[in-house]
Amino acid sequence: MAVSVLTENKEKFEEFKKVIEEYKGKEGPLMPILQKAQEIFGCLSLDVQNYIAEELNIPITDVYGVATFYAQFTLKPKGKYKIGVCLGTACYVKGSQKVLDKLQEILNIKVGDTTDDGKFTLEATRCLGACGLAPVMMINDHVYGRLKPEDVEGIIAKYRDE
Amino acid sequence: MEMVKVTIDGIQVEVPKGSTVLEAARLANIDIPTLCYLKGINEIGACRMCVVEVKGARALQAACVYPVSDGMEIRTNTPAVREARRVNLELILSNHDRSCLTCVRNQNCELQELAQKLGVNKIRFEGERIDYPIDDFSPAIVRDPNKCILCRRCVSVCRNVQGIGVIGVSERGFDTIVSPVFGMSLNDVPCIYCGQCIEACPVGALREKDDTERIWDALNNPDLHVVVQTAPAVRVALGEEFGMEMGTIVKGKMVAALRRLGFDKVFDTDFGADLTIMEEGTELLNRIKNGGKLPLITSCSPGWVKYCEHYFPEFLDNLSTCKSPHQMLGAMIKSYYAEKNGIDPSKIFVVSVMPCTAKKFEVTRPELRATGYPDVDAVLTTRELARMIKQAGIDFVNLPDEEFDPFFGDSTGAGVIFGATGGVMEAALRTVAEIATGKPLDNVEIMEVRGLEGVKEAEISLGDITIKAAVAHGTANAKALLEKVKSGEKEYHFIEIMGCPGGCVNGGGQPIVKAKDRMDVDSRQVRAAAIYREDRNLPLRKSHENPSIKRLYEEYLGHPNSHKAHQLLHTHYVPRKKY
Ligand code: SF4
Ligand code: SF4
Ligand code: SF4
Ligand code: FES
Ligand code: FES
Repeated sequence: MAVSVLTENKEKFEEFKKVIEEYKGKEGPLMPILQKAQEIFGCLSLDVQNYIAEELNIPITDVYGVATFYAQFTLKPKGKYKIGVCLGTACYVKGSQKVLDKLQEILNIKVGDTTDDGKFTLEATRCLGACGLAPVMMINDHVYGRLKPEDVEGIIAKYRDE
Repeated sequence: MEMVKVTIDGIQVEVPKGSTVLEAARLANIDIPTLCYLKGINEIGACRMCVVEVKGARALQAACVYPVSDGMEIRTNTPAVREARRVNLELILSNHDRSCLTCVRNQNCELQELAQKLGVNKIRFEGERIDYPIDDFSPAIVRDPNKCILCRRCVSVCRNVQGIGVIGVSERGFDTIVSPVFGMSLNDVPCIYCGQCIEACPVGALREKDDTERIWDALNNPDLHVVVQTAPAVRVALGEEFGMEMGTIVKGKMVAALRRLGFDKVFDTDFGADLTIMEEGTELLNRIKNGGKLPLITSCSPGWVKYCEHYFPEFLDNLSTCKSPHQMLGAMIKSYYAEKNGIDPSKIFVVSVMPCTAKKFEVTRPELRATGYPDVDAVLTTRELARMIKQAGIDFVNLPDEEFDPFFGDSTGAGVIFGATGGVMEAALRTVAEIATGKPLDNVEIMEVRGLEGVKEAEISLGDITIKAAVAHGTANAKALLEKVKSGEKEYHFIEIMGCPGGCVNGGGQPIVKAKDRMDVDSRQVRAAAIYREDRNLPLRKSHENPSIKRLYEEYLGHPNSHKAHQLLHTHYVPRKKY
């Protein structure tokens, strides 16, 4: 992981430790701890979830299960621009994986990750309902269709400079 | 035991109070279909394949969790029940990757069997499907979420039986998935590759990394001298893959099959086990005598070793430095055997047939290359060997019995019992007791360390010292035991730990026992009984009496824990992170 959400800010970490102490040993501590963690850190990153699991002595999959079940939680601080490349069947067949690979290369992040400057978050999505335009990607609310891998560089450059 | 009377489809049965409808139905010889239910492991009533009508109840009830009560009337074959089950199954099938023909579980799949049994001849709902990537990055376990039916059997086994919990249920609704956190590969999380999840999975969503192609290639390569060795637990389980009764010992047929597959030599990992006892027994006595780190903990189970590295690194100095038996034998084949037969070790390909998936990871460890080449080149599970035998068109059941090749095929009963929980401890004590006291044991069978209790204890007096020993199997039991040792509540000299519940006989590479059969038989017990039978059949039952072991020390290694033995037969461990 690029940065540790948990420990990059000492005050936040101290505050969170107090939260854990407060709820540890109480009935059903996970939900309130996750809510506080989200408040404090802005997201429930892997290191935050791992810390909670260790402190509560439960498997991390229990924490993750709850964190992904409720829409109120986010796992990563999202970038300013959310790029979603469709890997639905139609897009996949038309080569959207290549587009995605190109984006990973240009942005130097993997699917699900956010660039270190906080600008871009790259995601693979299910069918976006625009199969006629396959392969399709979205940047925030804007749809880009009939993409070729070589188109991607130019599109990203526009957002980079904004 | 208090009994209650219930009527199922008009048949009256008397069953113990507290039984479920499913259990009661079995006593009435009525088969209720199940999918998520796995006795003692996953009893959560999630899939609703087992619904039945209970008189007086408003809705259909899940038989696997619904307790019977006196006078209860149950119907299992009404139109409502049949339709509910079928709809359920069709929904599951509608977003299942139904590629049965090329699936590892073809003809051994609980979902496939149900579809046939329930007479599903079309699927009325053609659902949208998420196309998930297959996770095959680990050297041992492959996850294919496209085949997962979300029954959670693997989740329960990993979390509760193994005390690990690296796979779990996440997301919701249509997106629900069983996987490691953050979509990671099993390769990147602290999975110990025990394969217990594979044993629990009703379908082809979890499987071993298949190495059969690599083995075929090696066998067809005229430049390679291809040697195979087989673990003790394989010979008491392989027959199941060919429809033979559980607990049948098929040692002779297995050896014959391996020869027919084209292996140049067929050796016995039991020899490696005898060698392990010589080295580990000596290590134990030395640690006791010289004030070394105690308790000494066994290191033959690579699942357990990886568990220790991730979860209890503070115990790494307690782990025996002994390599596991097949690694020891591999190292001997590439050194002693290569020298003696004038074969270049780079031209020797060693295959281990193991009841274990974690061994597929173990052989990739960079420490385990005593001669500069991997001690063992590839691992086949019991299931994979069965597949190769079938591919070769060998009529396994009617094969004659054949013997292992001499020397590295020579072994004792002590080597055989490594396959069951407590076996390494018993084998070690058989030898250590004689070395320490100079007197033969009256009774070589040490019953305290046998059986399926989670943690077993024994005290064995060796002249002036009494060895306190403990045995744990399955990592949740190991965890409980280690926490007591850590807190000082318990003290031992010697601990045996096996990663899998029941030990290797129930390893993650063994034939899969269907949920339905698991209601009646405990494979851990039946296969272990065969192991102990085999031990009793053998003329020699103590490792130090193995004449080939004696010769190996005389001709090559010198004495146990010698410098040369250390170079070839011992190893070290590394702490590993969790996330
Ligand atoms: S898991 Fe079962 S039903 Fe699914 S493809 Fe494999 S054999 Fe067929
Ligand atoms: S191999 Fe073992 S540790 Fe890994 S997921 Fe399966 S049960 Fe859990
Ligand atoms: S992987 Fe297998 S055992 Fe686990 S939930 Fe899916 S189908 Fe069930
Ligand atoms: S498959 Fe990409 S929009 Fe439908
Ligand atoms: S609910 Fe009974 S088997 Fe799944």
